[in-house]
Amino acid sequence: MDKAELDARFADLYRAHLRDVYSYSYYRVGNHHDAEDLTEQTFLQAYRHFERALRESHGRPLRPWLIRIAHNLAANFYRDRSRRPESAIEDAGMVSAPHTTESLVEGREELKAILAGVQELPDDRREALIMRFALGMDNREIARALGRSDGATKVLLHRAIRQLEGIVSENGKGGASR
Amino acid sequence: MSASAHDFELLLREALSPVEPPADLVERLETTLVSLTELAQEELDSWELSAMRDPRNWVRPAAAALVGVSAGSALVALRVRTRHRARRQQSGNLLDLAGRTIRDVADEARRILPDR
Repeated sequence: MDKAELDARFADLYRAHLRDVYSYSYYRVGNHHDAEDLTEQTFLQAYRHFERALRESHGRPLRPWLIRIAHNLAANFYRDRSRRPESAIEDAGMVSAPHTTESLVEGREELKAILAGVQELPDDRREALIMRFALGMDNREIARALGRSDGATKVLLHRAIRQLEGIVSENGKGGASR
Repeated sequence: MSASAHDFELLLREALSPVEPPADLVERLETTLVSLTELAQEELDSWELSAMRDPRNWVRPAAAALVGVSAGSALVALRVRTRHRARRQQSGNLLDLAGRTIRDVADEARRILPDR
């Protein structure tokens, strides 16, 4: 494949998945500023390794590969800065330009409670939920992005949802009793 | 799946709605990617700044930077046209335009690829 075709294919990938990478980054790090950095770094790294990824994908979709890059960069991000995602996603958004999510959850206490609960989940469960519900990835794609089997991913998602339900329910009781 | 579990998943889908990337990120990222695609061309890879001090050497790299990108890449073509228009507005003559183009690509190269 010549360089012109490679660049064209990368442009297609970029256009198709910019929102996916940004959404993943945003829910992963909890604020727009770091999500922008993470998105930028993800595409730069993807560009560097794109030819090899295409060669090794054997025609399979490249979204899991792209999200895996973001996943690895996010892990490094936390390791370097020794910190966890910010707890209140919607608060972080208020300092930036208005975005879909903030306006959507505004006035919807149940959605706010779910977003807060997502941040309390272990990393792998949180990531699986973000990939499934924010990006609409199926089990196979999530498995490839996380480097797990399809079966393990199905169990991971099931447990993540059940744990989140428990967290939201517990937090709701706590809030109601205050 | 029970009704309550189904409802919870619907709420979860709503809470985790996709987030649109901010316009300034799109602008910055596309500019960076265009710079990379331009830079990766062989002619620009082997080009040395020192050789560019003589304006007679500016024509070929400048032309490569402006029109040498993939014709099949809408993203790249769009961004190059945008940047070309901006440079034309700033440039009084063709020689100045070529110089600005070269400096632009070189600045991006130094910023983005310090290890190359």
